[in-house]
Amino acid sequence: MNPLLSHYLVLSALLFSVGFAGAVTRRSAIIALIGLELMLNAANLNFIAFWRYGSNPQALTGVMFVLFSIAMAAAEAAVGLALVISIYRQRKTIRLDNLDSLKG
Amino acid sequence: MINRADQVFVLLQHWLAGFAPAVVQPLVLMLFIIVGLMTVFGNCFALTTIMERKILGRMQNRLGPNRVGPFGLLQPMADGLKMIIKEDIVPDSADKVLHFLAPLALTVPVWLAFSVLPFGRNMSALQLDAGILFFFAIGSSSELAVFMAGWSSQNKYSLVGAMRAVAQMISYEVPLVLATIPILMAASSLSLPDIVQAQSGYVLGCIPHWFVFTPWGLAGFALFMIAATAESNRCPFDLPEGESELIAGFLTEYSGFKYALFFLGEYLGLFAVTGLAVTLFLGGWHAPASWLEWIPSWCWFAVKFGALIFLFIWVRATLPRLRMDQLMNFAWKFLVPLALVNLFVALAWWLSGAWHSPAGLGLRWLLGAGLLAVPYVWLGRGLRHGESGLRQYSYAE
Amino acid sequence: MLNEITFYLTAIWTLVFAIAAMSLRQMVHCALSAAAAFAGLALIYLELNAPFVGFAQLLVYVGAIAILIVFAVLLTRGDEVGPNRSQASPSWLAGLAVALLVLGAIALPILSSPSLQKVAPPVATAPVKRIGEELMTRYVLPLETVGVLLTAAMIGAVVIALREESEKPAGQGTSLLSFNGGRTQRPATPETAAHPETEEAVTLP
Repeated sequence: MNPLLSHYLVLSALLFSVGFAGAVTRRSAIIALIGLELMLNAANLNFIAFWRYGSNPQALTGVMFVLFSIAMAAAEAAVGLALVISIYRQRKTIRLDNLDSLKG
Repeated sequence: MINRADQVFVLLQHWLAGFAPAVVQPLVLMLFIIVGLMTVFGNCFALTTIMERKILGRMQNRLGPNRVGPFGLLQPMADGLKMIIKEDIVPDSADKVLHFLAPLALTVPVWLAFSVLPFGRNMSALQLDAGILFFFAIGSSSELAVFMAGWSSQNKYSLVGAMRAVAQMISYEVPLVLATIPILMAASSLSLPDIVQAQSGYVLGCIPHWFVFTPWGLAGFALFMIAATAESNRCPFDLPEGESELIAGFLTEYSGFKYALFFLGEYLGLFAVTGLAVTLFLGGWHAPASWLEWIPSWCWFAVKFGALIFLFIWVRATLPRLRMDQLMNFAWKFLVPLALVNLFVALAWWLSGAWHSPAGLGLRWLLGAGLLAVPYVWLGRGLRHGESGLRQYSYAE
Repeated sequence: MLNEITFYLTAIWTLVFAIAAMSLRQMVHCALSAAAAFAGLALIYLELNAPFVGFAQLLVYVGAIAILIVFAVLLTRGDEVGPNRSQASPSWLAGLAVALLVLGAIALPILSSPSLQKVAPPVATAPVKRIGEELMTRYVLPLETVGVLLTAAMIGAVVIALREESEKPAGQGTSLLSFNGGRTQRPATPETAAHPETEEAVTLP
């Protein structure tokens, strides 16, 4: 029996929730960024699975979306990590608990 | 008869697979290729270590190793035995899991890179639609292994060496990939057998249609070879593992067989990227003249491969080591702009594709060379001054 | 049969490394587990007949983003949590509960929907030539926009992370990459200003 579409979608949901749990729970800004990347990857997996199992694979819609999504994730990771490094230089910490100067 | 000599490995593979039951035949076909590749390139590695030491010796006006076997040719056996029986020392505070996995993480992906190279007519293991992308993806996966090796040793010198090596490798990936873009445009395909096919035929009856015989191909070949030298951490770009700089860089805390695995991984990376250079620029398995086509295709691949390996060893013997900031400036401020200009030269070549006469060919070459010469001179002068330029010595009078 | 085995193997690999990336104590281990999870996802894309996307995932995520994360971890050390304290924020239980709720909200409708329990159509290929044609005809505007975005992101990242001249260097010691061959432009103290010729001689290699 070949894997069904629902298998890939459940895997994507699991990856998304693992990334979400890490991004919300961990203290370090860099681990939160890794969680964010995992969430983006889970969404990409969804797109490719629907492209493969869908009714019109010749249109290549899923593949194109994922290619652009990978490029955007790279840009976002670069800027995000540059921000983290800059914050570390200013405040000597990247623990999200300590970065609360906007708190009321 | 000539055709059988050319296809001897393919015929042998299918004959051997004929003995297996039909359900496992694809596996047996692949197994033959894997065993063949590992045997050939393993022996190539052994041969290259001894030839490098002999050639370096001769270029430095001394004999290389000549005690073990005739002309020292059994030296790799002695080296291998030494590596295997050496004590495997792991530092006390090292990260045991990463320290163990790093040599594996370096060597295993490099073997994968050999699967897309076309070694002869019909002789590439995987006919992938996006073969070049596969090659570069595998190449960039091995950088993390270098970092793992340096970080897991928990040693300041290892870490500095590893970070320098990773910075160097990611910087020189950019000119490496940019230099191959005109090739992909000229061949309209990312698949390596198609690129070799696009280099068949002869221009004006005598010059082969290899991409190195075009202005953008020649510049691209030079850029590719420089970037490949830097990717393999070879002289003149071997600051991360230079013996006189940082003990052994990221390899400091490795001994015995793990060091041998790193050594193997580095040389295999060199072979893979040399095979790619032969495929992309030097026409793959094509013969240089139509009256030489009776020599089998894999022989021509081997000859070109050997010539490029000799070129790498020659460059190692000749040029001094670059400093880290000189290295980075060279990549970002010289090679990347030149690679981008190379794209325009390829465009000019393609747009003037209708000029077939010898005079037209000369004019196309002049146009390409002129477009390249201006940034080359300008960027070269820019790098000549400043911190990465020539040193001003002042001596006591 | 073979498809099932490969699917489960790659899925378990990816999930194990994703969970490891989110729960290990040392940040470098987290970064490397994340790289392994990305590689597992690339294998899944290859299973789904999308080789171009799989190799692009390897090249971009494992070859670039993972290395970026590793560099960022190394440049922001000195802030590690001690071995006794927890590395999770105080409200970690609430975060975990919300994550489980999200998982339930997505997975339960998937498992109970009959239209999603289908097998793969026999043929789906994404030849590189078709991807190129689509990029140049139907998706040319997103392509150019992504080009502008990547350029802006690259310049922005360099500008944000640039160490300004007036800023004191962070207490990390010398930078790993800066080495200027002995030509440090030392600030002109009164002694060196009085003897400019010795200044020159001191910078011998």
